[in-house]
Order: sequence, then C-alpha cells, then structure tokens
Amino acid sequence: MSAVADAHAADHHDHGPAKGIGRWLFTTNHKDIGTMYLVFSFAMFIAGGAMAMIIRAELFQPGLQMVEPAFFNQMTTMHGLVMIFGAVMPAFVGLANWMIPLMVGAPDMALPRMNNWSFWLLVTGSLILMSTLFMDGGAPNFGWTAYAPLSTTYGPDSTTFFIFSVHILGISSIMGAINVIATIINMRAPGMTLMKMPMFVWTWLITAFLLIAVLPVLAGAVTMLLMDIHFGTAFFDAAGGGDPVLYQHIFWFFGHPEVYILILPAFGIISQIIPTFSRKPLFGYTSMVYATAAIAILSFLVWSHHMFTVGLPLPGELFFMYATMIIAVPTGVKIFNWITTMFRGSISFETPMLFAIGFVVLFTVGGLSGVMLAIAPADFQYHDTYFVVAHFHYVLIPGAIYGIFASVYYWLPKWSGRMYSEALGKAHFWLSFIGLNIAFFPMHFLGLAGMPRRYADYPIQFANFNQVSTIGAFLFGASQLLLVFIVYRAVKSGPKADAKPWEGAEGLEWTVPSPAPYHTFEQPPRVD
Amino acid sequence: MSVQALRAGALATAVTAPSSALAEWGVNLPEGVTSISNTIYDIHMWVFWICVVIGVGVFLAILWSVLAYRHSKGAKPAHFHENTTVEIIWTVIPFLILIMMAIPATGTLVDMYDTSDAEMEIKVTGYQWRWQYEYMDEDISFFSSPDTPRDAEKNLMEKTGDYKYSVDNPLVLPVDTKIRFLITSNDVIHSWWVPEFGWKQDAIPGFINKNWAKIEEPGTYYGLCAELCGQGHSDMPIEVKAVPKDEYREWVAEQTGEDG
Repeated sequence: MSAVADAHAADHHDHGPAKGIGRWLFTTNHKDIGTMYLVFSFAMFIAGGAMAMIIRAELFQPGLQMVEPAFFNQMTTMHGLVMIFGAVMPAFVGLANWMIPLMVGAPDMALPRMNNWSFWLLVTGSLILMSTLFMDGGAPNFGWTAYAPLSTTYGPDSTTFFIFSVHILGISSIMGAINVIATIINMRAPGMTLMKMPMFVWTWLITAFLLIAVLPVLAGAVTMLLMDIHFGTAFFDAAGGGDPVLYQHIFWFFGHPEVYILILPAFGIISQIIPTFSRKPLFGYTSMVYATAAIAILSFLVWSHHMFTVGLPLPGELFFMYATMIIAVPTGVKIFNWITTMFRGSISFETPMLFAIGFVVLFTVGGLSGVMLAIAPADFQYHDTYFVVAHFHYVLIPGAIYGIFASVYYWLPKWSGRMYSEALGKAHFWLSFIGLNIAFFPMHFLGLAGMPRRYADYPIQFANFNQVSTIGAFLFGASQLLLVFIVYRAVKSGPKADAKPWEGAEGLEWTVPSPAPYHTFEQPPRVD
Repeated sequence: MSVQALRAGALATAVTAPSSALAEWGVNLPEGVTSISNTIYDIHMWVFWICVVIGVGVFLAILWSVLAYRHSKGAKPAHFHENTTVEIIWTVIPFLILIMMAIPATGTLVDMYDTSDAEMEIKVTGYQWRWQYEYMDEDISFFSSPDTPRDAEKNLMEKTGDYKYSVDNPLVLPVDTKIRFLITSNDVIHSWWVPEFGWKQDAIPGFINKNWAKIEEPGTYYGLCAELCGQGHSDMPIEVKAVPKDEYREWVAEQTGEDG
C-alpha cells in the first residue's frame, strides 16, 4: 500500500498540509477536518461539563447557595444544548471524517469543500449559542426542549439567538450527513459490498439518514417559535387558537430519533472494538445491521412516550407504550451479540476494551430503566423526575461518551502515530466508571422518592442522595481532565505506534501507516 | 447549615408529617393512598424485578466471558460468528417478556382514564408560581401559595421538615370519594403531581386535562410541580389534606359560611 502512495506522491509536490493558520481555515482534508471536529467537540464537552458542575454544586445542599434559580435554569438548558449539539454530535462527525474514508478505502470525503463549510458553521452556531450567556436577560432558560409558551411568550430575548444557532447547527449537521452518505454510497473500495462494510460505517450511514430526516423537523419547530415570538402567529398559543402540545409533538418527532443519532455511531464503535480485543469476529453481523435499521425505523414511531402526561387519548397512550417497548427487542439483540462476541474469545483489557465493556454493562442499566419508563401507567410517576435524568445519563454517558472515549483510545495511534499510556488510560476509565455511578445511580432513588427534575432547590428529604451525587459528579468531571493530559502526552512524547497496534484488529484503516499519511488510498485498495 | 441540623429538623416533624417526607434515604416509589397508586406501585415492582433478573443475567454472562476467556490466561479464540437459531431465540423471548409487562400496564391505564362517575370535581389551575383550587360543586375557590420563608432558602434560618413543601392554604379533600380533577394553566405549562395519588398531569393553558383519585386514608400528602415553568418551578408545592367525609362537610360549611 505504501509503495503505491509513494509512487503517487512523486508526481505531485503540493500534497502536504498548508502552513500556518491557513491549513486549518481552508482545509478540505478529511483528517484535518476530523481533528478540528474532535478538538472543538472536546472544548464544548468541557464547557458543558463546567455547567454541570455549577448545577451539581448548587444541588449539594438544599437551599440556594451558589446561584439563583433563574441562572440555574440557564445552566440546565445550556448544559443540555451544549452537550448534545456541541459535544456529542460533532465528536461523531469528527470520527466519521477521520475514519469513514480510511475504513471504506476512499481518498477523502465525497464533498470536501462542503466538509470545511459544515465545520465552520458548527463553530459559528456554537459561538452564537454560547454568546447568549452574556446577553441581557440571560441565556435560554426553558430547558433544551424549549417548550412553548415558556420559550415564546415567557422566554428571554436571547431565544431568537438560540433559534438561529439551532438553524445553523442543523444546516451544519445536515451537510455532514449528506457528506457521509455520499462517501459511503459512492466511494467504497472495489469489492466492499454493503454487507462487508465495518459496523461503524453501517451505523453512521443509518445515523446520517436519521439526521436528514429529522433536523428539518427541528428547524420547522424552532421557526414556528420564532414566528410566534416576532411575527404574531399563534402556532403554540392557545389564546390565538394554537396548541402548546403541538410544539411537543413536533419537537419529539425530531427529539426521539435524535436520541438514536446520539447513540447509533457509538453502537458501531463498540462493534469494532469488542471483536478486536476478543480476537474473534463480531457475532451476528447481519442481525446487527438489521437491528440498527430496526431501531432507526422504530425511532419515528415512539415520540409521544416523552409526553405520556400531557393528556394523550387512551389509544394514543397505548400505541406509544407498545411501540416503545418493542424497541427493547432489537436493542437486546445488540447487547446479546456483543456478549456472544466476547464469549469464547481471547480477551485482553486495553483501555478501549475497558470502555467498551463499561458501555455494555452501563448501557444495559440505562436500557432497562428505559423499559420501566416505557410502561405508561408507571410513567405517570416517573415522568419529569430524577429517575428520567438517571435514565438518559446512563444511556448517554456510557453510550455516546464512552463510545467516543473508546474510539479516541482505539484510533489515537492511527491518528497521531503514538501510543497513549495504558496505565493512565486505565486510571481514566476506572475514575470515570466510579464517578459516573456515584453521580447517577442515586438519581434513580431521588426520582422514585419524588424529586422532580430541573429543580434549583428541593425539600430536605432529598438532601442525602443529592450530596452523594454531587461528589460523584465532581469525581467524574475532574477525571476528564486526565484525558486531556493523556492525549497531550501521547501526541508529544508517546512511544511510536505500529500500523496495526492491536493484535486482533481488522479493517482497511490498519493497512496504512501510523500516523496515517496526509493523503491515503489515492489508489483504491481491493477488498475480497 | 450542617447536615445534622437538617436531620434534626426532619426528625422534629416526625410526628405530624407523613412518612414519605421523612424518608431521607428513600429509594422507591410510595405505595400511595389510592387504588390506582397501589396498582401502579405493583406494576412498577413487577417490571423492576423482571429488569433486575434480566440485568443480573446479562452481567453474569459478561462476567463469565471476561473471567473465563482471558488472553492473559492463554485463551484461544473460537471462530463462530453466526447462529440464526440463537438470534431467533433472543428476539422471541424478550418479546414474550414484554407482553407479560404490557398486559397489566394496559389494564391499569384503562382504569386511570376512567374519570366517569365522579362524586365531586376540583379544578386545578397553575400560575407562575402557585396553584388555584376551585371546588366545582361548592362556592369555594382559593390560591395555594408556597410559604417557605425566603430566609430558610437563603440559609439564614433553620430548615424545617416541610421546607419547600408548605403552602398557605392546603387543598382539603374528603376520603373515600371519587374526585375528578380538571387541570389547566393560566400561563405556561405546569404539572400537578402528588406521588401518593400515583400520577402527575400536565396543566396546559387553553386545555383541560382530567384525572381522578379516590383517597383511602386520611392524612397530609405533599406534591411538587413537575414541569419546568420558569424560575419559580421549585416553588409551587402542593399540600393535600385528606379528611373524613363529615370533617370535610364541616370544613365546606365553614368556608362557604365565611364567604357568604
């Protein structure tokens, strides 16, 4: 492979990266753009994490110690928005940029100039969103869901900027999704049929279709908010003949597939990593592909399970309960396939594998509390309590975030050509694992005992578990700084990595040298 | 304020407050004081134990795999990677388990939606940030506002056991009476929730939601607003005083007498 690349490089002399800041501003190289996405999303992860620390510090004791409820509500809102739109989604796009061309044997993404634009739109949209924190009246304070009329008639002035930032972030994501689809459909190496694609490529393909399907719905929902605020319409204003619940229907028609947008690429990552460190092929590849597709299709049919208490008619309530419960089936299939992949393998426990096993264990916890939440009559108790907060943090942190961490450790040798410190990586895993469980497990108890979510202050019966939770949250938060150090140290002075640093790894990305040259697969490889 | 002081405050109210407000290490739903809340509790425990069994099974399988097939112990990997039979088995069995959950859930939901034959009606209206209660069959209507002292929130005075729960005018209801609640809002969306009754129901401007309760035990039951409604979201508690029927009649007479 490298012989081909070298021969090709001899014909051209302008193939290296440009010098200076121009390299990053104008780059159309999928690796540079991938790196920028990953670095930017990590910065946003730290920003969103800092907001979470403010929330947890305030909740350490009953009473108002640190912040006023008005600012507390801005923190819960911005934490959600920043983590979803600024951290997790861009991190997955960054991984897609870096890895999809390498995994399908393509020289770059199909639409490199658009790729550059979608990254810089992400930065623009994120900066507009963050700037609302410094505006008169403060940042959005109505929760990331922006329910009308709290976000319209009663919203702060910065709501308009929130709406535009969602538009811009949505455009950025749609362009990223189009790019992913175009790359996967058109640029696979000869011989790589759809059913030979790595699982990460498969899950991203399905995610990209979800993005294109639902982001315009979100754009429509927030545009209707915009019109209610500024143009005198009454889409969501009952006094003008509108319906506040309509907003929730439109929002969650976006919102539920969005949940799977945040998790499906991580499913793909885990399906790459578990076989590598079990030294055994993924069990049930075909059923994994079908299960992912089934989850994606079902995600369009379950949105009202976020709205069991808004007064849905009984048949609607029953339909959404049954549909939601059915999602447990393909999700279970995936869990069983991962475990069977490990079963009778030859397992080693490098950091990516620890995060992958942590993913399977903790995602199971989140999945099972999801089944409980699907039971509509019981949801009349669970809804909008800390039980829900526990549930979605158990699927999003071990799901999306652990997936991203696992892939950073897994592919860092390929990106940087250097190995990270295994001892420090393991420390990062264990601190995160312990911190996460101390922070979020007690939230199940708080919710069941009756604590509603988005509360700046609470009755004293909830004091003990809130205190425990805050301690865990700070442990989890602080241990993420370790990741910065680990990556920095590896890139600066880590030992050199082989082209294939993992004994059991399979796939085209391991056939190119580490670090991956600026241009790879200028001649497509052949896949048998 | 020290934790000890908080605990002491909570203990001090042990005699008067309901047990749920004291469960400082409370980990579970209350069983509640209506037949619906009892049924919901039973379904919750049923589904919970099924989930526990599944979870334990999954964790044991993971534990077995990572302990028995370690590379460091010289495990040689097998090469199987497909088996349609097991895929079908682990698709069908979870489906059957889900049906075992769905059947009781469906029956309960049907009961919850049956608001017919109510003996009295209470209209609940959410405001930023207090509740209004209107007794539709009597000439009684009042606001129920939070009366937790600001100084307690600011940590300038001791917090009592009803911190963040106490209101000026509790909702007084008779026991053993099917009560239909008509729930709406005057501004943003709120949600009226008394855990001991087993449900919360969103209060939505322009719409009237219905739910019902038949309280079986006299007592004081607390609840909280459960839908983000602005900066006072954690400041609109609910206090329900459930009293025997004759005591309720006396209370009504007292109220209407004063009004008239």
